[in-house]
Amino acid sequence: MLRLPIYLDNSATTPVDPRVADKMIPYLVEKFGNPASRSHAFGWEAEAAVEEAREEVARLVNADPKEIVWTSGATESDNLAIKGAANFYSGKGKHLITVKTEHKAVLDTCRELERNGFEVTYLDVQDNGLIDLDAFKAAIRPDTILVSVMFVNNEVGVIQPIAEIGEICREKGIIFHVDAAQATGKVEIDLAKLKVDLMSFSAHKTYGPKGIGALYIRRKPRVRLEAQMHGGGHERGFRSGTLATHQIVGMGEAFRIAREEMASENAHIGALRDRLLKGLSDIPQVFVNGDLVHRVPHNLNISFAYVEGESMLMAIKDLAVSSGSACTSASLEPSYVLRALGRDDELAHSSIRFTIGRFNTEEEIDFAVKLLHEKIGKLRELSPLWEMVQEGIDLNTVQWAAH
Amino acid sequence: MAYSEKVLDHYENPRNVGSFGKEESGIATGMVGAPACGDVMKLQIKVGKDGVIEDAKFKTYGCGSAIASSSLVTEWVKGKTLEQALEIKNTQIAEELALPPVKIHCSILAEDAIKAAVADYKKKNGE
Repeated sequence: MLRLPIYLDNSATTPVDPRVADKMIPYLVEKFGNPASRSHAFGWEAEAAVEEAREEVARLVNADPKEIVWTSGATESDNLAIKGAANFYSGKGKHLITVKTEHKAVLDTCRELERNGFEVTYLDVQDNGLIDLDAFKAAIRPDTILVSVMFVNNEVGVIQPIAEIGEICREKGIIFHVDAAQATGKVEIDLAKLKVDLMSFSAHKTYGPKGIGALYIRRKPRVRLEAQMHGGGHERGFRSGTLATHQIVGMGEAFRIAREEMASENAHIGALRDRLLKGLSDIPQVFVNGDLVHRVPHNLNISFAYVEGESMLMAIKDLAVSSGSACTSASLEPSYVLRALGRDDELAHSSIRFTIGRFNTEEEIDFAVKLLHEKIGKLRELSPLWEMVQEGIDLNTVQWAAH
Repeated sequence: MAYSEKVLDHYENPRNVGSFGKEESGIATGMVGAPACGDVMKLQIKVGKDGVIEDAKFKTYGCGSAIASSSLVTEWVKGKTLEQALEIKNTQIAEELALPPVKIHCSILAEDAIKAAVADYKKKNGE
């Protein structure tokens, strides 16, 4: 039996895997000690659990556990990495490079640094969502100290050329930060090979709990940061605050499962994504946003032309998905990511993001395909734009009364 | 976002969807909004010889509140003279549909659609 609504928004968050929840629970009531308590068994037990989880996080990305610092999530990791490195290395220069399609946790952090006297270059992306390496190289200046590029884009799922960017940064002696919140469990990450200095992680995009994340801080060559949170000197002074043992245990278990099951899981999810895409391919005027090859297997971001995204969400309320439509955001601006991909505003307003997860089934995908077919037809009957296009009118030649 | 029952009703069962035939007499069209803004409303009115709006139809590209606002307007303008139709204000539409503040622009667009349709009628009929 299908349970409605069907959750297809796994890039917003994932459910906690039951195996993860089982492992977390004892650390709330019985094993409640503070990992910083050095004087008794409660503390030792909690500390051991924290260190075991740290090892699991490190193993997923082939790093040393000593390079992992716990944070409250990828947003905090991004803030710590970017502000921490920019401030520490500001004597060398005050120029940063990032990309227009980054998450707000990176973009707004860069804006804040601009207010504090730094200069930031926001790179354009190509129509497929990927950065142009030549344009990147051309943006580097003698005073560039930090580059921040996300591994996997949250809206369109494209995978940026992290290895190539890393080589360029290392050669120039520039610190390289990568937001990998959407990448863990989806793509191989080998920090012994990648020339990445700082990498942000989140637990809740990978079947772990919300409210916990980590920052990878390379030791060889050593990267230094100015702490953003001051206090008891936890996490070797990088991030003070009592460690959330149960959350950390959850993240460790979630990342262990991701490491062990990634290959089979991605095959399953990729097959479901392809089934969804194939099922929708006979609908006219449907456009996939972002590169389909350099892309994580679970993401399908599609624009159904001439059907506004929010009305689409209302029509398919049995599917939990998200839209780049302005009407779903407070700003009334359509997705800045889709606009950066060169999509016109109409197609940006008409976009729907499907992100498939570990617990989705073929039956659910088939239900989604059927529902979408029905509702797109109905909404296009309602759409004056669809009617005009059917009459052969080029919408670009119409004088619109913008409001 | 939570929608009021009235918005949901108009969205699920939109009234007077469609377009009049091009050969029909007494037809005027108001098209407002822009695809770039995420809202386009097309409101058509059919005006009788006595100057009363006999029928109205709409098509809307936009969010649920925009669809509901235009659907509601097609019901309200019927049986009204052009001058009476122009008295419909966006605040009445917003109140009837219990639109939240971020959706007020949908009701403004619906009011604009009425004005545009009436202006089109007057232009066509040399007033």
